[in-house]
Amino acid sequence: MNLQNIFNQIENTDPEIYERLDGRRELMQRFTKLGSKFALTAVPVVLGGMLNKAYSQAPASIVSILNFALTLEYLESTFYAKGLATSGLIPESQRPSFDSIAKHELDHVQFLSSTIIALGGTPVAKPTFDYTAKGTFPDVFATKDYATFLALSQTFEDTGVRAYKGQAGGLISNNDVLTAALQIHSVEARHASHIRSVRAALGASTKPWITLNNTGIGAAVAASYAGEENTNQLGVNIKALPSIKGGSSTSADTATEAFDEPLTKAQVLTIVMPFIQ
Amino acid sequence: MKTLKKLESIPVNGSMHRRKFLGYVGGTAAVATVIAACNHSDDFTGSLEATNGPSPVNLGSGDVGILNYAYALEQLEAAFYKQVITTQYSGMTADETSLLTDIRDHEVAHREFFKAALGSAAIPALTVNFTSINFSSRDSVLTTAKTFEDLGVSAYNGAGKLIKDVNYLLVAGKIVSVEARHAAYIRDLISYGSFANDNVVNPVTGLDLANDPPTVLKAASAYIATQINASYLPTK
Repeated sequence: MNLQNIFNQIENTDPEIYERLDGRRELMQRFTKLGSKFALTAVPVVLGGMLNKAYSQAPASIVSILNFALTLEYLESTFYAKGLATSGLIPESQRPSFDSIAKHELDHVQFLSSTIIALGGTPVAKPTFDYTAKGTFPDVFATKDYATFLALSQTFEDTGVRAYKGQAGGLISNNDVLTAALQIHSVEARHASHIRSVRAALGASTKPWITLNNTGIGAAVAASYAGEENTNQLGVNIKALPSIKGGSSTSADTATEAFDEPLTKAQVLTIVMPFIQ
Repeated sequence: MKTLKKLESIPVNGSMHRRKFLGYVGGTAAVATVIAACNHSDDFTGSLEATNGPSPVNLGSGDVGILNYAYALEQLEAAFYKQVITTQYSGMTADETSLLTDIRDHEVAHREFFKAALGSAAIPALTVNFTSINFSSRDSVLTTAKTFEDLGVSAYNGAGKLIKDVNYLLVAGKIVSVEARHAAYIRDLISYGSFANDNVVNPVTGLDLANDPPTVLKAASAYIATQINASYLPTK
């Protein structure tokens, strides 16, 4: 096995490999040191570990996550823009709130796009959306069905919160991007809380927080709340913790409301795909 | 109990990484079991009303330090809402009573979760100082609630990057969005439509607040009598 050849091939594939590691000389030195300790058969494993270190935190995976987030922000941003542009849909008294939410989503679109470009990536194009989700929901922009508009809004916001949460771990290598994603994540949660209150005031069975896996909407959006019924955190059974009411038990409602759950990228895409034409 | 003895031998507030911590007990499930066995020794109610002068508390370092930092903030919030519900301001509506009680229960669950997850590495109960709060005044209570919730959101947002273990990062994420839901609800109670106004969400970037532990603890210190040493917390 010729290490020099391996290095040359890696260099051809990625001229910046040594910037990701500690420079070619140090890499060689590490292998030289290892040579006395390891059989040559172990080299691929060691090399793999080093390359993993070099690439597991590479912008590519981060750009991919940000583009995923950008797609969700487009879904929300376009939805609110259309809603605000549809006269007779959003009551006057609620327009300031939706102006604010719409502006945030547009800010997120712009922030994510510029961050992706700064990382050397290419922002995904804005999809064309079908807010009936292939006929699952009425066309709120045609029917001016405010209740369904709010239900979709709640679902998008709660799904967004869960989507960002699910991606946080994938951003742990980049402090700036992770922090920004968390800062978007909590804004989506603020939106969700507000929308849920608006729906509650109109008679929906919702609170600002998510109880069990209750949708407060119906089976059509069940996937957006699946898993919220989890009551185990880091191996701690929340229901077995002491509550203020005394005794060593916390209600399932409290245990699930107190912790929002993540969704995987695959779960989110399953939810979102019907909305993309 | 052999496992318990080992757990107790871990220096309180000391530096300890998750792997090492779990190494003592052999896994998260075991931690929960051990903690359940420990709970009875620490009276749940009234622990915040210590009568002796509070001694300084060291949060510790690494991920444990960050978890203790979160535990400190949750202690503050839980104690606050406990008082809010015990001595309700005049004119508290049925809806407000119901949802503020929910928030109290969430904060208690957060507090008890951190206490359980940290086990013997947990800081002791803090002594709070609510002398500046008029619990009979809706304005005073809701303004303080807004302060605490927005501060909590900014604290978790700022602490995320300081966490090394993805599992801890995830659980912080699970809690921060609930704090943000609280914050939005309280803000709407004070001024309808202010759930995410420009005071908390940057009007250019659309990003919520993120504060580092020194900034958060300085703000929180007005309400915590116990002196908190955060000097060993990670800074990046």
